[in-house]
Amino acid sequence: MPSRRQFLKFGLGGGLLLAAAGAARAQRPFVAASGAEALAVLDAGDRVVLAAIVPALLAGTGEAAGQLDAVIGSVDRAVAGLPPHLQAEVKQLFALLGSWVGRRWLAGVRAPWSEASRAEVAAFLERWRFSGWRLQQQAYQALHELVFAAWYARPGSWPAIGYPGPPEVR
Amino acid sequence: MIRDPIRAGIAAGWKATDASTLERDLALEADVAIVGTGAGGGVTAEILAQAGLDVVLVEEGPLKSSSDFRMVEAEAYPQLYQESAARKTLDKAITILQGRSVGGSTTVNWTSSFRTPPATLAHWRERWGLREFTPEALAPWFERMERRLAVATWTVAPNENNALLRRGADRLGIATAAIRRNVKDCWNLGYCGMGCPTNAKQSMLVTCIPAALARGARLVYRARAGRLALRGGRADALVCQALDARGVQTTGRRVMVRARHYVVAAGGIGSPALLLRSGAPDPHRALGARTFLHPTVAVAALMPEPVGAYAGAPQTVYSDHFLEGAAADGPIGFKLEAAPLHPLLLGMTLQGFGPQHAALMEAFPHAHALIALLRDGFHPDSPGGNVGLRDDGSPVLAYPLTPYLWAGVRRAYRAMAEIQFAAGARAVLPLHERAAPYPSWPAAQAAIDALPLAPLLARVMSAHVMGGCAMADRPERGVVDPLGRHFQLDNVSVHDGSVFPTSLGANPQLSIYALAARSAVALAAALAGKPAVGGT
Repeated sequence: MPSRRQFLKFGLGGGLLLAAAGAARAQRPFVAASGAEALAVLDAGDRVVLAAIVPALLAGTGEAAGQLDAVIGSVDRAVAGLPPHLQAEVKQLFALLGSWVGRRWLAGVRAPWSEASRAEVAAFLERWRFSGWRLQQQAYQALHELVFAAWYARPGSWPAIGYPGPPEVR
Repeated sequence: MIRDPIRAGIAAGWKATDASTLERDLALEADVAIVGTGAGGGVTAEILAQAGLDVVLVEEGPLKSSSDFRMVEAEAYPQLYQESAARKTLDKAITILQGRSVGGSTTVNWTSSFRTPPATLAHWRERWGLREFTPEALAPWFERMERRLAVATWTVAPNENNALLRRGADRLGIATAAIRRNVKDCWNLGYCGMGCPTNAKQSMLVTCIPAALARGARLVYRARAGRLALRGGRADALVCQALDARGVQTTGRRVMVRARHYVVAAGGIGSPALLLRSGAPDPHRALGARTFLHPTVAVAALMPEPVGAYAGAPQTVYSDHFLEGAAADGPIGFKLEAAPLHPLLLGMTLQGFGPQHAALMEAFPHAHALIALLRDGFHPDSPGGNVGLRDDGSPVLAYPLTPYLWAGVRRAYRAMAEIQFAAGARAVLPLHERAAPYPSWPAAQAAIDALPLAPLLARVMSAHVMGGCAMADRPERGVVDPLGRHFQLDNVSVHDGSVFPTSLGANPQLSIYALAARSAVALAAALAGKPAVGGT
């Protein structure tokens, strides 16, 4: 039978995240969108978090820096296509990271996201990647998947890896 | 210009309703309501329609066809896969690739066609009381579906990604064989996983479903089967929610189907979830239990010459070397196959980030990948997973990765790496957070032996969800009988991969086709001459 204990455990972890994120929302200062394209499901605060995380994940891909808004837009569209339960998880994660508590104490990033160095962000990602706390590992992998999917979805990323793109059939 | 048989059929008057556009609730009556249009639902629809029965097919996903299939990952995954190809097990340790559009997983599978292995059938006979499941007794059903879907030996040379499996295995004295495929006039493009743009793949989308629609069957898509309304050991109605155009939110419109009989063919996870939401009787706690995945791990290799694993028929060579000797009570066996590589899925699956990740991606044209599919469900230490429901009714699979499975993962990493070095690899890379490219077989061997194996460290994937509504000889150990008939519900059957009592040890489509055909023919005979809906 569906193991209720496991659901409970997960529910509890999710609940803690949610509570932290809820507390976080209230504290987060309003951040105006910087003239970039409107996002469907992510908000301006989520954008600030992504703007710090995307360059750290995509470091080494060359073109990434100039296409930050496009990559964030692509993440946003991908999240909008996820089923509601996954959208909710992703939004909780960004809300948590966007909060002072989440950034400072869970992610261990001292500077505000907009001022955090790439090295500091990379160190946080590496800590969560190998965290002993399953929720942090899961969160790292969610960020990894969202950002790399968004990047390699873009035909602009293909020349650097020698992918010719799909063939012409018609 | 490639002819699109679906658009042509719609133009010719097929009855296909996009539930996302409904402005009011829809009520339908039919002889049989079928939930799901994949391997089980498609075959069932054709056979019942041929028998003159009035059929309604309900599909959660959209209706997409060759004109839509542009071989673009960013379009294909959200449109054609469950949860945008981001479906995961409860602890998020296993990624599940499952189709969600008309044709189900057959629209996006890689065409690999295997009969149910004799060793698997023997285990089912001995352990699960399925006495009639002999290779001889099932042969006519396999033959029937092989003819129907053009399953044949692929005579074109394998692409380099598959040839490397054969070459490496040959050098080690490991037997390989050719994979049969369900294709006609295949262009050998390599994009089967994004929907076949030339209609070469003989999926349900271009075979059984059009045949059923041509005989008057009705299709309602972007409609999620919410529950069966049950009363007195029978189903009274199928209640569905219409989804919006992107398949994310419900619109509030309902689709209600009343039928004499209901065939549940929503696949592993989907079928047990529908029965759970319906409150189906489950006196022996079998529903949703024993769900299997063929947990799959991968090793990538860097080859000296270009591989181009994105092009050419994705799977044409396999090895059962590590499966054939595997006893049910011994270490887990695994099947070896090659896996096609495309940038988006590879980029999100490949471990690490930053310059290291970018450098690995730059080797993309030279990348080769092997996968090992673990045959779960045979050993007592491999009981599979349990399907449960979230608060919103959506299904989730809890699948514990046991030490028994991890031991198989380590052997599989070793087997794949050794074959890859035998084929000339410069370096191999298990897809695992703690793994790095290893430049030689001794180095790889030592590193693999030391890798910590745990959820979220090793990448584990699945494209084959099986079980959860197991068939058995008696109600004490299953959900349905050997013809897919629900043990407790008179007019409900299950026709899909969820009826398997274990995993198969082979890609499942042909097993699903054959068993669905067998169950559907029996159902058609049983329904002939019974009173119409409402006439009890």
